[in-house]
Amino acid sequence: MNLVLVGVNHKTAAVDLREKLVSLFPEPQAVYRRFLEAPEVQEAVYYLTCNRVEVLVATESPEPAVSCCQAWFAAHPEVPPERLRESLYVRRDREAVRHLFRVAASLDALVVGEPQILGQVKEAYRQAARCRATGPILNRLLHKTFSVAKRVRRETGIGDHAVSVSYAAVMLGRKIFGDLAGKTALLVGAGEMAELAVEHLKGQGVARLIVANRTLERAVTLARRFGGEAVSLEELEAQLLAPDIIISSTGAGDYLLTAEQVRAAMRRRKHRPLFLIDIAVPRDLDPRINDLDNVFLYNIDDLKEVVEQNRERRRAEAARAEGLVAEETAKFIDWLQTLAVYPTIISLREKAGRICEAELKKTLAHLGPLTPEQEQSLKILTQSVTQKLLHDPIIFLKRNHRRKRPHQELDLVRRLFNLDPDRQDEPGRQG
Amino acid sequence: MSGLFLYPALLACLAAGALWLGFLLAQREWLCRAGVWVMGLSLVLLTLELAAVLFRAGRLPGANLGEALLLFAWALVAAFLFFYWRYPIKVLGALAAPLAAVAVSGSLILPSQTGTASPLLESFWLSIHIVLAVLGNAALTLAGLGSILYLIQERQLKGKRFGFFYHRLPSLEQLDALNYRCLTLGFPLLTGGIISGSLYAQYTLGRLWSWDPKEVLTLAAWLVYAVLLHERLAVGWRGRRAALLTLSGLVLLVVTFIGAHLWAAGYHSFSSFAQP
Repeated sequence: MNLVLVGVNHKTAAVDLREKLVSLFPEPQAVYRRFLEAPEVQEAVYYLTCNRVEVLVATESPEPAVSCCQAWFAAHPEVPPERLRESLYVRRDREAVRHLFRVAASLDALVVGEPQILGQVKEAYRQAARCRATGPILNRLLHKTFSVAKRVRRETGIGDHAVSVSYAAVMLGRKIFGDLAGKTALLVGAGEMAELAVEHLKGQGVARLIVANRTLERAVTLARRFGGEAVSLEELEAQLLAPDIIISSTGAGDYLLTAEQVRAAMRRRKHRPLFLIDIAVPRDLDPRINDLDNVFLYNIDDLKEVVEQNRERRRAEAARAEGLVAEETAKFIDWLQTLAVYPTIISLREKAGRICEAELKKTLAHLGPLTPEQEQSLKILTQSVTQKLLHDPIIFLKRNHRRKRPHQELDLVRRLFNLDPDRQDEPGRQG
Repeated sequence: MSGLFLYPALLACLAAGALWLGFLLAQREWLCRAGVWVMGLSLVLLTLELAAVLFRAGRLPGANLGEALLLFAWALVAAFLFFYWRYPIKVLGALAAPLAAVAVSGSLILPSQTGTASPLLESFWLSIHIVLAVLGNAALTLAGLGSILYLIQERQLKGKRFGFFYHRLPSLEQLDALNYRCLTLGFPLLTGGIISGSLYAQYTLGRLWSWDPKEVLTLAAWLVYAVLLHERLAVGWRGRRAALLTLSGLVLLVVTFIGAHLWAAGYHSFSSFAQP
């Protein structure tokens, strides 16, 4: 059995091409029915994410299967063939398994270590299974894929480090406060990054949100959107008592808060720690604020630096993850190769069974009438003789399938026991 | 027979230290769990050793620096396990277990008592004094170790450079809370130790306080902790300043503990416990 994977991803195809290719997979039921109609396709699964379109096929005849998949991708009328040729990649067997493992473990992702991809592959597999497009090979492969992805996540730190500015800010907050549940956040001004940070903070259980803006009306609108309270910017200094986290993004030009103001506020706060995030350019907050005890100030450049360090760390962890993937790929390929010996084992057993039956028939004809018990004992005798005789060849097959030339071993066994009597190369010609 | 359980206890402390250092490096949960169990084993062994001394000599160990170190190691391990049970800060073990190992090896290396100990040491009230003081010292030592971790983590967050320790140490809030909890437990114990000692001195020597070097240094440390506790409760001092003050208190305690051995003059000196 062979595996073939054909597809495009963000590295080989631009988004417009990927969009067009996605439209080739309109409705799972119909797609899988058409795939399985092709005689060379035994099992199939495809998955579409924002960064990739890939089809994975289990087949007995890999070359026609590759052509079949390529033809599928070439079906879009607006995609010029040469462009498709440049973008489409084909992976076979070991490479296909490794590719799938890397995709699910988020090693092949745009942002290495982002966890969404695993869920998308799981959902795709569920659909394929519902359409009965998967069988023993792909079922096993996909389940293995999920466990590899989990193992990578558990044993490497690939997903541990925040790689977006707003999430990095939240993770810093957790290193200061431990738990963000029940904390109060103050949002000064608004903007895309500030809003993302607020989303993350809410996700971490921040209990209370205060929104300050230059005009109270605007503050009220924003507060309503985030489910917080509105205050005007004039009250900012008075508002320094409640919040634990302040996100500032007005970019007004002057410092909204000076170190002296924060120092005074800290005394009134009884030195409860304060985490200030200044994502405005020009900066809203006096950089000297960071020199105060129990106050931590990060500006946009600091956060970008954190993100860059985290990306670096993820890359280092990714190298460890590649090792895990290689190990698991080798294991799966081993299993796949054992499958190749089963037809031979089955024909061996069948042949032995046939011989037993025929010989038993002959012998019983000679012996005359026997009691059912005696007949039964004779039957068991012949069976156990053949079973014992076959035991070693079968063990030999199962153990040796991983050797360098597994097909030669198989071939030898098939010729030795003459399992393919119609074959041209009878022993005499070889000798 | 002396030190029957000391070598196993030392091994257990070293093993626990190795497990926790391994946890610090590799971040594997099982290393930490194993560390707790091995630390528990070392507590059992140290307790057995203390019981053996008690049985043999009829008094608590504490007549020389070696015995005092044994008592301290026992108290440190017990206090660590107590705090670990209530407020688990896993990496603290990577500091506490090696320190306990150092204390146990100290008590193995240092010469044991020759001659008999002063009969004064057999008093029940003096035992109370010693136990309270040593438990207080152990809790305050943990506060100091926690403060070291706090200062490391604070430096990372302030300096915005995230190295080895950033990902491995808990949040500032947890470390500060550890400092506070150790302080609120250690300070009353230390106070109790001082008061019981004074009362005993009044009862035996006829004076509460003799300005002996150990007394003076302990009083200084006590004042540092008293100021810290007061400021924490009244003004909300915390974080870096609290950590620095805790560490300075710890330095005074260490000087007291080791120094008592060197100052032959005071009646707290170990050499004065021995009788020719």
